[in-house]
Amino acid sequence: MAKVKINGSEIEVSDGMTILQACEEAGIEIPRFCYHDRLSIAGNCRMCLVDVEGSPKPVASCAMPINEGMSIHTNTQSVKKAREGVMEFLLINHPLDCPVCDQGGECDLQDQTIAFGPENSRFEENKRAVEEKHMGPLIKTYMTRCIHCTRCIRFADEVAGVNQLGAVNRGENMEITTYLEKTLDSELSANIVDLCPVGALTSKPYQFEARPWELKKTETIDVMDAVGSNIRVDTYGWKVKRVLPVLNEDINEEWISDKTRYACDGLLNQRLDTPYIKKNNKLEQVSWGETFSQLKKLVMDSDPDEIAFLVGDFIDLETSYLIKKLSEDLSIKAVDGRQEGCKVPFNHRSQFLFNSKIKGIDETDCILMIGTNTREEAAIINSRIRKRVISSNIPVALIGKNVDLTYKYNHLGDDINILIDLLNEKNSFYKKLINASKPMIIIGQSVLNRDDSLQIYSLLETFTDKFNLIQEDWNGFNVLQLAAARAGILEMGLIQKNKSVDDLVADAEKGKFKLVFSFGADEISYENFSNCKIVYMGTHGDRGANAADFILPSAAYTEKDAIFINTEGRVQYANKASFPPGEAREDWKIINQFSEVLELKWSFLELYDVRDEMFAKFPHLKEDFNDQNNGLVKIIDNKANEEVEIINKDTRSSQEKKNDTINGNIKSFEENSAKKIFNTAWADLNDRQREYLRKYNYPETWSEFTEHYGFKVVNDIKKKNNVVLLYEDQYANSIGKAWNDLTYNQKKWAYTKRNKNNLIGLADDANFSPDGIVVLNDNQEAYYAQPKEINFKIKNLSFSIEDFYINDSITRHSSTMAECSRARSEVRSSVTEKAS
Amino acid sequence: MSNQKNAFVFNKENEIKAKEILLKYPTDRRQSAIMPLLDLAQRQNENWLSRDIVEYVADYLEMPFIKAWEVVTFYSMYYTKYNGKYLVQVCGTTPCWLRGSDQVIKACKEVISPEPNTVSSDGLFSWIQVECLGACVNAPLVQINDDYYEDLTYDTTKNVLQSLIDGSPLSIGSQSGRKSSKAVS
Amino acid sequence: MLKEKDKIFTNLFGDEPFHLKNAQARGDWDNTKELIKKGREWIIDEMKKSELRGRGGAGFPTGLKWSFMPKDSKLTNYLVVNADESEPGTCKDRDMIRNEPHKLIEGCLLASFAMNAHTCYIYIRGEYFNEAVVLQKAIDEAYDAGLIGKNAAKSGWDFDIFLHRGAGAYICGEETALLESLEGKKGQPRLKPPFPANKGLYGSPTTVNNVETIAVVPTILRRGGEWFSSFGRPKNTGTKVFCISGHVNNPCNIEEEMSIPLRELVEKHAGGVTGGWDNLKAVIPGGSSVPLIPKSTCDTVLMDFDSLSAVKSGLGTAAVIVMDKSTDLVKAISKLSHFYKHESCGQCTPCREGTGWMWRMMEKIGNGHASSNDIDKLLDVTKQIEGHTICALGDAAAWPIQGLFRHFRDEIEEQLKKTKAA
Repeated sequence: MAKVKINGSEIEVSDGMTILQACEEAGIEIPRFCYHDRLSIAGNCRMCLVDVEGSPKPVASCAMPINEGMSIHTNTQSVKKAREGVMEFLLINHPLDCPVCDQGGECDLQDQTIAFGPENSRFEENKRAVEEKHMGPLIKTYMTRCIHCTRCIRFADEVAGVNQLGAVNRGENMEITTYLEKTLDSELSANIVDLCPVGALTSKPYQFEARPWELKKTETIDVMDAVGSNIRVDTYGWKVKRVLPVLNEDINEEWISDKTRYACDGLLNQRLDTPYIKKNNKLEQVSWGETFSQLKKLVMDSDPDEIAFLVGDFIDLETSYLIKKLSEDLSIKAVDGRQEGCKVPFNHRSQFLFNSKIKGIDETDCILMIGTNTREEAAIINSRIRKRVISSNIPVALIGKNVDLTYKYNHLGDDINILIDLLNEKNSFYKKLINASKPMIIIGQSVLNRDDSLQIYSLLETFTDKFNLIQEDWNGFNVLQLAAARAGILEMGLIQKNKSVDDLVADAEKGKFKLVFSFGADEISYENFSNCKIVYMGTHGDRGANAADFILPSAAYTEKDAIFINTEGRVQYANKASFPPGEAREDWKIINQFSEVLELKWSFLELYDVRDEMFAKFPHLKEDFNDQNNGLVKIIDNKANEEVEIINKDTRSSQEKKNDTINGNIKSFEENSAKKIFNTAWADLNDRQREYLRKYNYPETWSEFTEHYGFKVVNDIKKKNNVVLLYEDQYANSIGKAWNDLTYNQKKWAYTKRNKNNLIGLADDANFSPDGIVVLNDNQEAYYAQPKEINFKIKNLSFSIEDFYINDSITRHSSTMAECSRARSEVRSSVTEKAS
Repeated sequence: MSNQKNAFVFNKENEIKAKEILLKYPTDRRQSAIMPLLDLAQRQNENWLSRDIVEYVADYLEMPFIKAWEVVTFYSMYYTKYNGKYLVQVCGTTPCWLRGSDQVIKACKEVISPEPNTVSSDGLFSWIQVECLGACVNAPLVQINDDYYEDLTYDTTKNVLQSLIDGSPLSIGSQSGRKSSKAVS
Repeated sequence: MLKEKDKIFTNLFGDEPFHLKNAQARGDWDNTKELIKKGREWIIDEMKKSELRGRGGAGFPTGLKWSFMPKDSKLTNYLVVNADESEPGTCKDRDMIRNEPHKLIEGCLLASFAMNAHTCYIYIRGEYFNEAVVLQKAIDEAYDAGLIGKNAAKSGWDFDIFLHRGAGAYICGEETALLESLEGKKGQPRLKPPFPANKGLYGSPTTVNNVETIAVVPTILRRGGEWFSSFGRPKNTGTKVFCISGHVNNPCNIEEEMSIPLRELVEKHAGGVTGGWDNLKAVIPGGSSVPLIPKSTCDTVLMDFDSLSAVKSGLGTAAVIVMDKSTDLVKAISKLSHFYKHESCGQCTPCREGTGWMWRMMEKIGNGHASSNDIDKLLDVTKQIEGHTICALGDAAAWPIQGLFRHFRDEIEEQLKKTKAA
């Protein structure tokens, strides 16, 4: 630790930091273009210059390490002038492209010019222009805009591992390009679009599509592979315009693969938007009702042994759970979701997950990969391994095809018998593996779908013992899944005992089944299925839809709230960013509705009901939820609820209360201790958790908290925090602006209250005109109020209670929809009475 | 990589020289040899480098092509097009300019070509203006391929060029009779 | 005025051959073993006593620089000799290399021993092809005679020298850019810290010294550091090879005593200014990177580091560029601006964008299409570049322009007014 002075105030920072990092610790942001905390230091943009006492000229803070006792100034006149100077130099040859440049609105150059740049331009010479370079179909280049920060070159060299970008020529003729304008061929190539601080490198598919301020941003989870990268989906209306990465240190850091980024335009093409039934060899549009009634007939007419379920690669966890429930209720045994033909029956979740977790790669000191090409199958994991190899030079070996993984590794061969050699200490890599303290093996799917997979798998379990892969706080046994749904499918047990999907397909081709349900299972070839009707639930007119007799259109991954378990076994929550087209519905709703048609007496009204039941059956999944930021909120909430109890138990006499006032309001005597509990709860959180809570405007101070929860004994129900909207159709399939505009507290409250009075309100239209609203009073009692104005529109929730008729006599909880409607009609009639 | 029949490879002599060059640097630092090897290849190829040749050298050193191309375009003595048998480089920086480099350029324009960077009609010369050649007390001067012709005037420049055309080049160094950088007494 | 017996370079003009036996006849390689036996400490002490300052332009005390190298023998130390002489006006190293290479080679051995280095690379500019041929021949001679290589000069010290040719980049004269170029990359300077003495060539501790600095080492060690420091003023000691070019009657290289008055230097050795001393307009005293000084200053200034920095210039490489009254100063400086723009490596923003902008503005002023405001703008731009770049090329590009307008602004503005009126 070292003490440094920044702008006069002393701060203690860890050794080895640079001045820029120390200033960030102190909360001072220093402008920069070339510095990026995941790339090596370049120090060439000169924007980060600061004054250091004792140095005659300003110093590049991104590169200068701190010394004990250093005194740094970031706000002197000379620093200001230096920044203006550098900005001016960057702008003299920068084209005035803002109106047509995609980066506008999220451009570092724009932002820093406003904050630090000169007032006007005094450049009277001609600006230089640079010919456009071609870098492939994904990256659009306008190299005239390039400011030569070299972030892209450093990314390509260090993170992606492809040395394909360079800066040719010298001086003002410097140009950044690939050799001979070849495509930048890395699976992580488009991350340079994020890195580029200006519009020199932009996304080709996204070119001219939208401006960043027009887009709605939703954080969700990617399903293109099993990594579960955290992404942000930007939508304009219902169209998904682009996908960007979200920081998650444990999974994908700041990167996403190109597949993740660019698969989104497929969401607009070839979508299934209404149910279809094949009549006379032609698919005809039908209603949901007719579809379900026909399906019911088919199910009733078949024995359970004549029905099969195939589950696909994008099915979310709740849907998997419901599929399992459906199969159990209908006694269907032929259920399989392992489309790549895995032949190993798993008993325990550690047998099919990436147990070391992706973060474990940062700690391992030896990796053996078997039958996997991580570069293609999980690009993010591969780049993590690369980072570890480059920084710590750990030994890595591969048994399988000899491929270029962007880092040096030992190719032991393509023969599975090498495993036996390793066990018998006969292979050269044996020494490295046995001497490692945290060894890791990564098993690919190609090992698990062979005829001898069972033997290989048990061999691998011997491996585990021999090389001490499982220790007290380390598990080096990893299976790499390929599909986003796989871990969930395996958790739910959508597998056949001792049979693989190939067996099921063979049976189908023999004509064993009368009815095959394909839940998005597009990797199966249905051509030779005989004697059966195929029901396809999916999003696109893919292989399954082509073969189907019944098509049930469902929602894609950006169009539903859902849980996905990634290959590590991490439970992640995907958030709904858009709407499925037309009549398409969310997957769980389709199955739920089908269960109603079949009269199976499930009682799910909302997704949370499914989750509740699922978590009750699989409690370890819920714990995973609590591991993330979300769960920790509950700790504060629990503490908060304690506070409610404390306040409500105010046992002072009225005389005492009268004497004990503040601002005319009765002071709560328990406030201090409750306040202490609240503050301690905050202090106990780590930075990430705090950041998460702040993002959702969770009250951070005791006074904010009491305001939000209405603890103060105030009868003012004008607080919009206590208002929730009411909506009628329980099958509404969209989250609209109004719901999103509710604060986190309101949504949270609604969720916790739903069992008591089912008052979750969803509105899919900003111009939604509700019949009425439900208002909460301070006793957490809900009552119904009707707007005075006909066609009253909810905008921004900035209305007052004066806008509504409130029937004081109906101060009760409405626990069912029916009671609610009754209450509504009562009020309406009383209003019409008044009017007439 | 070119797989034509006449693709570039080091000739026997240069193959030996290349190996000698590599011995000068640590074995895990082969990239250091890129500059001398590019020069060697350039000399074998009439004083210019085509893309094939650069790729050949890059492969020889197991370097990515783009890094080799960066080196080729950064340094001014690697030429990517043919410049004639004799490349006449005229220094135009201030010390030479003070001593009359404009006259030397005038001579070049008349004898070789009115524009720089253009091969003369007989294919023998092209001339370019370069920055300080490091012989400032013998200014003005030109560098023709590897040799310096110093202390020039308009006339002596023409003489030098003519001697090359005639195939009997004048002795290199000062063209005014001086010995190296010694003052004329 | 330096006496013949005090000259270090006795064959600067190549009156005699460069070969080993001729060099030995001149006193080179005389009992080098004994010098090495005296030990590292003694050598560095002598160098410190001599107060020798680096001859490559920066003038950093050499003994002190050598003492920065780690004494830990586990690391591979390197000596790198900077023979990338490209500063306009400078041509001294060329003569040393082609006429007295053995002084350089012996100096390399002694310096490398002092800094615990077994390997030395000499980086010579690509244009000096014939000089490189000579130097390589001299190195081969030294190897054949056992003076370098294993047990160099029977001193017990193993020592190798390798010659590496550049390919036309002035920026490779900057020490970290030189190291980058040696490593086979573009010559783009590195950030300092870390300094080359900690992390230099291939990540190992390295010292980069100029040719002249190393070439005078054997003589200093033989005759003593005190002898060397008896010339010149304190902290500006020794002898120096000056390159006098431009408007003089006899442009030449000459080895002279430090702190010699400029007028004496030019008149005694270069035959005086063309047209007489009073025809002098301005002089750039230390290579293009230092600001010029007007005649009034030239009348009395001494040629050493401190004296010239006191008049807002510098000794630099001691390349004296003389300009008489016939010179269009704006054109002269504009050509230097063009030089810096051409040689800028492009890495950092102020130099990459600024050198081109400065040149274009100088051209505009030279053509008369400018006003006094433009001069203010130009000077402000030079202030924005100075001190804000990774290496000193940015400063070097800014200083000539500042020097020009510091001393001749009125004259130039007069000229601009005249051109506008016309």
